[in-house]
Amino acid sequence: MPNLTHLERLEAESIDILREAVAEAEHPVMLYSIGKDSSVMLHLARKAFFPSRPPFPLLHVDTTWKFTAMYEFRERMAAESGMPLLIHVNPEAKRLGINPFAHGSALHTDMWKTQGLKQALDAHGFDLAFGGARRDEEKSRAKERVFSFRTTQHQWDPKNQRPELWRLYNARKNKGESIRVFPLSNWTELDIWQYIEAENIPIVPLYFAAERPVVERDGTLLMVDDDRFPLNDGERPAMRRVRFRTLGCYPLTGAIESDATTLPDIIREMLLARTTERQGRVIDNDASASMEKKKKEGYF
Amino acid sequence: MVAEIRPAEHDLARHLAAHRQKSLLRFITCGSVDDGKSTLIGRLLYESKALLDDQLATLEIDSKRVGTQNGELDFALLVDGLSAEREQGITIDVAYRFFATEKRKFIVADTPGHEQYTRNMVTGASTADLAVILIDARKGVLTQTRRHSYLVSLLGIRRVVLAVNKLDMVGYSREIFDIIDRDYREFAAKLGFEEIVSIPLSALRGDNMTEASANTPWYSGPSLMQHLETVEVGAADASAPLRMPVQWVNRPNHDFRGFSGRLLGGRVRPGDLVRVLPSGKQSKVSRIVTLDGDLLEAVVGQSVTLTLADEIDISRGDVICSAADPAGLADQFEASVIWMSDEAMLPGRPYLVKIGASTLGASLGQPKYVVDVNSLDHLAAKTLHLNEIGVCNLTLDRAVAFDAYTDNRDMGSFIVIDRFSNQTVGAGLLHFALRRSQNIHWQAVEVDKDARARQNGHRPCVLWMTGFSGSGKSTIANIVERKLHALGARTYLLDGDNVRHGLNKDLGFTAADRVENIRRTGEVAKLMVDAGLIVITAFISPFRSERRLARSMVADGEFVEIFVDTPLAVVESRDPKGLYRKARRGELKNFTGIDSPYEVPESAEIHIRTQESNPEDAAGMIVDYLRERGLLGLS
Repeated sequence: MPNLTHLERLEAESIDILREAVAEAEHPVMLYSIGKDSSVMLHLARKAFFPSRPPFPLLHVDTTWKFTAMYEFRERMAAESGMPLLIHVNPEAKRLGINPFAHGSALHTDMWKTQGLKQALDAHGFDLAFGGARRDEEKSRAKERVFSFRTTQHQWDPKNQRPELWRLYNARKNKGESIRVFPLSNWTELDIWQYIEAENIPIVPLYFAAERPVVERDGTLLMVDDDRFPLNDGERPAMRRVRFRTLGCYPLTGAIESDATTLPDIIREMLLARTTERQGRVIDNDASASMEKKKKEGYF
Repeated sequence: MVAEIRPAEHDLARHLAAHRQKSLLRFITCGSVDDGKSTLIGRLLYESKALLDDQLATLEIDSKRVGTQNGELDFALLVDGLSAEREQGITIDVAYRFFATEKRKFIVADTPGHEQYTRNMVTGASTADLAVILIDARKGVLTQTRRHSYLVSLLGIRRVVLAVNKLDMVGYSREIFDIIDRDYREFAAKLGFEEIVSIPLSALRGDNMTEASANTPWYSGPSLMQHLETVEVGAADASAPLRMPVQWVNRPNHDFRGFSGRLLGGRVRPGDLVRVLPSGKQSKVSRIVTLDGDLLEAVVGQSVTLTLADEIDISRGDVICSAADPAGLADQFEASVIWMSDEAMLPGRPYLVKIGASTLGASLGQPKYVVDVNSLDHLAAKTLHLNEIGVCNLTLDRAVAFDAYTDNRDMGSFIVIDRFSNQTVGAGLLHFALRRSQNIHWQAVEVDKDARARQNGHRPCVLWMTGFSGSGKSTIANIVERKLHALGARTYLLDGDNVRHGLNKDLGFTAADRVENIRRTGEVAKLMVDAGLIVITAFISPFRSERRLARSMVADGEFVEIFVDTPLAVVESRDPKGLYRKARRGELKNFTGIDSPYEVPESAEIHIRTQESNPEDAAGMIVDYLRERGLLGLS
């Protein structure tokens, strides 16, 4: 009796989802956010369609506030995968100079990410978008479908989701409607790290501990990644040995002090960890049900 | 409060290795909020260290704000997801929870126990290997326990844990536990479970959740967590026959043609003889291709890409099967159907059905019965309403490979999709194929349509003439056949009157018989087209739906609809056979144009106005059409 390990079962299921989505879509795209989940999702896509190249482009909805190391990594992965990389920057947010320091995380996220994503999907006419979200990330995600239907306005109706049975995914839609597909739905953060280690998947170096210039604000360690970071009076960046459990816009992403410089170190640290990865994200602390609200509005 | 149960640093290396090799168990919990289901799941997450400090902090705050445990930790709050339902104090959908121990990763489908129970429970159970059925020790086996158990058994779950919860509320009484255990086994005997394990619990107090409880010294079985960690999951049976629906044809270049899919049954090795359904063609597996290199073997559950030794035509939805033990092939089934839409099922209405990687046109018959999920009685019904389960016949517009649900869950399950809203409105389990289609494998033939066309020097097609009786169909048809014959084409004329003297002499002129008349004629024409002939038919065929049916039987481009357009006044004045006079006198019933309608073709390939051209010219037009379309000359 063959018994696949949990990672083998997760991998097979994700590949199944990727193939099914591509077969049913007219114009699919993969949302690529450069983080570890995107790295795993991209790796799974390469496996799913090998020896073909994954038959869709990567789309990065850029906020212009990512870590420099993330932009470098993005270019490298696009080149290695051979997949076309589309980058969308919300022109309105750019014109208004929206940034997390002056405008706060809520407006920053809405303008650059939520509105930017909608613009990009509409501009290219994508009818299906892969996202790297996992059900274990946040309470409202636990009820998200693998194939999640969106209206022509990109809205999500949590009360009117299609039942999802067995491995039969309903990807049918009318013109203008779209589907978001989450191949990593059933993965946990620990699964992601174990898989990255097992498969030797490249990730942004920021996940590993190194001496980095940081300032501490309200108990959060923020990295001064470039000279756009407005230092308060008397505030001076200090070199500390830190790493990131999750990556986003650098002014909104808290670092943790760590000595983990290898993948086994990271997994070890995770098993001993006392907080979830999202804790480092300023975006989730706004309101108890903030993720559900954002998703209804079209956030990934 | 959590720190002491975290693994010590020196155990970590072993711990890390164990984590990599663990297996996966998916289970569903059934019970209502009152049974303490959310508390039980919350407790499992808590005990397995799936909760971290910030989640615990949120839990503490929420417990004080909206908790039901007088400010103490309310584990139920951990498993409520959406804000609307959190405020109402109920869960409204299926949520998936994750936790892991060193031995296993667990995915829990958490489904509510109130009015939407059937839809949600069926959804959660469809991917579960095991069910935990909760019973409130104070209440014993209830109607809802029976309902949950029936649904679990219907969906093919064979292992059950009977979680007798809230035992602290009955003084940890062994007698009460034993009575519940006995009652349940007696009831469940007919449900076909392989294993029922009853565990005395208090999810709230933590008794027998992870370790043996001092409060139940009379119980020597495993704790809930111990059982979940060690229970045998017999889902992956690689000795079953190979099944792999093709999801995607992998063609990076002209030298490579692979078939990508997930093994839903059995195993496969290079050299294995396979049969592809529905075509029935056989070949050998050449390679099992993956990014990590070719495999020597793949087993059920794996996603792979196969290449075959022969160049055979395979497309998405086809199923690669073991040649020795292929799946069945059928277009009509008996099935259990669970209805999931507010709009009731309409027998005969066109729906879509997705099965494996195929989406097909489908219709459901009137239910033979619906099941009362509380009493398991069979009740008569004309339709299926939301959350009802019935047994109906399912008819598909073409044959698909399948196995009975009880043999293979993934090969025997389907969803029903509304053609207009695209919603998933139902789900079903195939019992067996109906009569003729059962176990008849379509034999792939070596000499195919293309080969015959090459030998004939022309392509086959159906020239379908429609029009009033006396419009000139037969006259034109005869000239067309003569002209085509002179050009060396192989032809056959199917004349309505002639067919009614033989093949269809048992049929009259009612609407139902007319449909059957056309269906048989269409089937004959289809065989003749497959044989390579140009088939000319001359039937009144007054209904659009039946012409569409005949069109659907042959390939695109092989059906040429020809509207022989002679106005009723003209044919009635000609009346060569005296039929119109008879019909007017009432001696002929259901006569087209008199007391039965003629539906004018909307998009006929050729429109012949007989008042503007003589039969010879009309026939010439048809032959020209065939020539222009490249049907006649084949180099």
